[in-house]
Parts: sequence; structure tokens; C-alpha cells
Amino acid sequence: MIPLSHYLVLGAILFAIAVAGIFLNRKNLIVILMAIELMLLSVNMNFVAFSHFLGDPSGQVFVFFILTVAAAESAIGLAILVTLFRNLRSINVDDLGSLKG
Amino acid sequence: MNLPLAAFYVAAAVLLLAALRVITSRNPVHAALWLVAAFFSAACLWLLLYAEFLAIVLVLVYVGAVMVLFLFVVMMLDISFDKLREGFWRHLPLAGGIGFLMALEMALVLSSREFGAGAVPSPGAPPAGHSNTKELGRLIYTDYVFPFELAAVVLLVAIVAAIALTLRRRKETRYQDPAEQLAATKAGRLKIVKVAPERPAAPAQDAKP
Repeated sequence: MIPLSHYLVLGAILFAIAVAGIFLNRKNLIVILMAIELMLLSVNMNFVAFSHFLGDPSGQVFVFFILTVAAAESAIGLAILVTLFRNLRSINVDDLGSLKG
Repeated sequence: MNLPLAAFYVAAAVLLLAALRVITSRNPVHAALWLVAAFFSAACLWLLLYAEFLAIVLVLVYVGAVMVLFLFVVMMLDISFDKLREGFWRHLPLAGGIGFLMALEMALVLSSREFGAGAVPSPGAPPAGHSNTKELGRLIYTDYVFPFELAAVVLLVAIVAAIALTLRRRKETRYQDPAEQLAATKAGRLKIVKVAPERPAAPAQDAKP
């Protein structure tokens, strides 16, 4: 069968890819949101793997809550992005310096 | 190599490839579609862990709702993405280095004896007739009922916030204001003016019938 470490290493690589994605696309707000979704996915992977291997379904309940919060987060994030684009005609992170002193 | 392990390797390879394409693709529409592929292969991996309910929820909620939301936003906004990509190659060595370092560190820790095949033995398949959905439902509605209600409140707040942020009133559209309509009185609407009577104008002299 598949050992636990396989899932954990897979989650670690996925998380590292998402962090690299935030570094690479630091101007594009949409891709940053997608990279955050990837990070949450890797965390969920760890939760599900531990839940299965330790025989405790509470881990899956936590994944359930993470999915809920992630859906809310992406909905509000995209709403902010749409409002931002209406006002600035741009989603470049560098343009969002209105509050800079 | 047994069948589940082969399935794991295939799904993991697709997941990592899709994740790499999400962060490197030039067009955000392609990135969103690759993200769909990543979520789908993650759902396959969760099926291998006997988490059937969460696998289905991942496909339904993420692929069905959140990714469609992403695609809507990407296609609705008219953005030139080439300008957003400048600095991509400049940041590539730093991002790749940090990502590689993080993956290496975590892999070193996680593939050690503490998490290996011997330390945490696989519990194997659940007994026949075991329902993952039933188990999760029992937990959610007994032990975790308060967090479950809180999650519902979080979703409600998200709905209200998203609508309040994006609701736009057009200036050229005319709206009714029922309160103003009801508050209208005779004094506000009707004005009686005294008009001085006038003589009818004299007919023109050279008027021809």
C-alpha cells in the first residue's frame, strides 16, 4: 500500500510550487489567488492523509471547514479584484499603492 | 508495483504538472483550466485515501463553483496580461531556489523514519458497508455542530460582502423610491397660481381666409 510519507512529500512539493508561483507572478493578482488555492489544497492533502492513517475522521471535518473558508475567501477576493479593476483599470499589484504615505 | 501505488504515482504526476503549469502559463484562462486538472487529480488521490465524500465535494465545489468564478472574472475583465508578466524571468532563480529549498527540507523531514512505511502502518481499506459520508455527517452534526453553524455564517458573510462590493448603481438608470413616493403630499406637488386675464389678441389686418 501507499505509505504516509508519499502523501506528505507530495503535499510539501505542492506547497513549494505554490510559494514559487507567488514569487513568480507577484504582479498578477489572479494568479496569486490561484497559488493560494494550491497552498490550501496541499494543506488539505496532509489533513486527509493523516486522517486516514491515524483512523480519525475529525481531520476530514477540518478539510470540510477549510474548503468552506477557502470558497468564501476566493469569492470575496475576486469581488475585491473586480471592484479594483473598475476603479483603476488594472490589476497590477504595483498600482495598488494608494494608501502609501 | 500494485495497482493503488501506480494510480497514486499517475495522479501525483498529473497534479504536480498541473500545478507547475498553473504558475507558469502565460494566459490566466489556461492557468484556471490547469487548476481544474490539479483539483481533479487531488480528488483522485483522496479517493485512494477512502475519503469519498471530500473527493466529490472537491470536484463539485471547486471545479463546479470556484473555478467557474475564476474563469468568469478572468474573461470578464479586459486585462493585458503581458505587462503583468514582466519580471517573471528575473524572479525565476529566486522563486525556484526558495521552492526547491522548501520542498527539500520538508521531504527530508517527512521521508524520515518517523513518517515512513514502518512508523505509521496503513490501516487498509475500511470494512465493507462502511460509509465515509455517514461518518462525516455524524461528526458534523454532533461533535462539530457549533463550528458547522459558524461555517454557515462565514458563507453568509461572504455572500453579503461579495454582493455589496460588486453592486453598481448606474447613474443613467432611473429608480423608484417608494419612501419618497409615499411621503408625497398635495402641498409638495400641486401649485395654484393666479393668472391675470388677458385680452384675446386682435386679429391680424391682412388675414386672408
